[in-house]
Amino acid sequence: MKNNQYTEFYAQLEENIRQRSCPVMNAQRREAFLTFSAQGFPSTRTERYKYTDVARDFAPDYGIQLSGGVGESTEFCRPLSKADIDVTPYYNHIADTTDSVVALNTMLAVDALLIHVPSDTRPKHPIQINNILKGKQDTMTLRRILIVMERGAEADVIITDHAADHQQFLCNQVIEVHCDDNSRLNLYEIEETNLMCTRYSNVFIREGRDCSVRHTSLTLFNGHTRNSCRVQLAGEHSEAILNGCVIADKMQRVDNNTVIEHLVPHCTSQELYKYVLDDSAVGAFAGMVHVHPGAQKTSSAMTNANLCATRQAHMYTQPMLEIYADDVKCSHGSTVGQLNDQALFYMRQRGISLHEAQLLLKSAFITEVIDTIPLEALRDRLHFIVDKRMRGELSKCEGCKLC
Amino acid sequence: MLEIRDLHASINGKEILKGIDLTIRDGEIHAVMGTNGAGKSTLSNVIVGNPSYEVTQGEIIFNGQNLLEMSTEERANAGIFLSFQQPVEIPGVSMTNFMRAAVNARYKAQGREQLSAGDFLKLMREKRKIVELDNKLTSRSVNEGFSGGEKKRNEIFQMAMLEPTFCILDETDSGLDVDALRIVAEGFNKLRRPETSAMVITHYRRLLDYLKPNIVHVLIDGRIIKTGGPELANEIDENGFADYVAR
Repeated sequence: MKNNQYTEFYAQLEENIRQRSCPVMNAQRREAFLTFSAQGFPSTRTERYKYTDVARDFAPDYGIQLSGGVGESTEFCRPLSKADIDVTPYYNHIADTTDSVVALNTMLAVDALLIHVPSDTRPKHPIQINNILKGKQDTMTLRRILIVMERGAEADVIITDHAADHQQFLCNQVIEVHCDDNSRLNLYEIEETNLMCTRYSNVFIREGRDCSVRHTSLTLFNGHTRNSCRVQLAGEHSEAILNGCVIADKMQRVDNNTVIEHLVPHCTSQELYKYVLDDSAVGAFAGMVHVHPGAQKTSSAMTNANLCATRQAHMYTQPMLEIYADDVKCSHGSTVGQLNDQALFYMRQRGISLHEAQLLLKSAFITEVIDTIPLEALRDRLHFIVDKRMRGELSKCEGCKLC
Repeated sequence: MLEIRDLHASINGKEILKGIDLTIRDGEIHAVMGTNGAGKSTLSNVIVGNPSYEVTQGEIIFNGQNLLEMSTEERANAGIFLSFQQPVEIPGVSMTNFMRAAVNARYKAQGREQLSAGDFLKLMREKRKIVELDNKLTSRSVNEGFSGGEKKRNEIFQMAMLEPTFCILDETDSGLDVDALRIVAEGFNKLRRPETSAMVITHYRRLLDYLKPNIVHVLIDGRIIKTGGPELANEIDENGFADYVAR
């Protein structure tokens, strides 16, 4: 096991980390260390990590950033160490503490970002968090975000990932989202990094009654990416919508893993993930919908559609349903296909070059996911970025002044 | 304009065209009639360069250029247009984006300056009127959710946008009611310039009554077995193909 570099690092710097951090986070550290050192990284024999070689991704000798700079406090966002509420009931509460990658984050993260939207409040503007990976050496960053939506709160949160330097960067991110009754959250994650970036994201969402959470994950440019999103529908009449799109070419790899747990009756879940894979890109989607005993009148639909533009591009798709209630409506479907020859011919007959026709079809395929986004400005921006990306003109974050 | 010599073509190894000779001069309209499966659609697909068909022998010369050496899009930009028998639906690609890509490609091939967004939309509005195509349809995905008649009108609308010099109408009349047929045929006549030529594939005389072909061919089993004037269409309309097939 190569993970001893992380356990050794922790053993040496534990005191230092504790001093920089806050009691809520420190309280979870030891347990996480024990979990991580006992288990090591999951192998590809672990069902949830079947398509990603975790140990290999974490093998490089990364510098680990301990500065924990989460930035200034604003009305709704602040460092967890300066929390305006007691976060003990939330921090590391719904995260899967048995997962080694999550445990590594809990063990090493110095600070976290708290997004707290009080009862019946709606921020005037979407909250946008831009993460820019920057530095002159190979670095692992530990990002921890806690989102607390109180009763009746509403918010749009956009989290973007960029890379400003061509170093090997690894981002290990854990996001926990607590939605109290009657709250609504639109959470967007947009990755536009580069080929040398590795991303591990673990998102955990728990919804109370009458909640609505829409999580949209867009991987537009990356190196290796492994996204996991787990939702617990714990109150009746709530909904979870998980959408995602992936554009990958060259040697890029993107693995999306979702789990939706219907714990109570009368909840709805929907998933739409679409991939466009070119060159030698590898994509994976594993989606699980778990309907627990008694979760009657569950309605759930999962779709994963994929386009492989070359023979070398590979897609692994694994939709799964586990149903322990007898009055539910659940569907799941997945497809892997190529560009439609008829449509290509039709466009070429109108004078459109083969290359341009392929671009139009690939963009059109992704459009279905982008069009589900309720924020109009973001939707328009993404249409523009996707088009650029398809044309190979998106080398780095388009229009960004910071890098 | 178009000269086809001893053309043989096959699909999936099966020979469909077994030696076609056909010359269409500037400004002429030729009708091609024939039984189902005779090779009419194959002929039109081969002219425009559908990659599913293989030309095994012969040549096609279009305004002095060897068509068989040109890609599908090069042929289109040289001025050849096919009105599809079954127009393809392309979900997610809007009519506007599709037409803009096509018009831009055409202008680029002709060495003309690209249209501004405003001028392009103006052109769309203008040309839409010719075939009475609803504004709503041009904001939708290409052919998606269009009725059979709307799809055919959309073909003529695209023709209006692209101003080809040689048009192939492949059973453009199939599935059209009499009013739609009139709109489509009159639309085509409005678009015609003196030098425009066309090849019209049809089973029925009604479309030809509007388009008034100069020459009518009978295509049976991969060969043109009879060529005549407009009266030949009337004769086939009355007697069918029995005389020809029996041979």
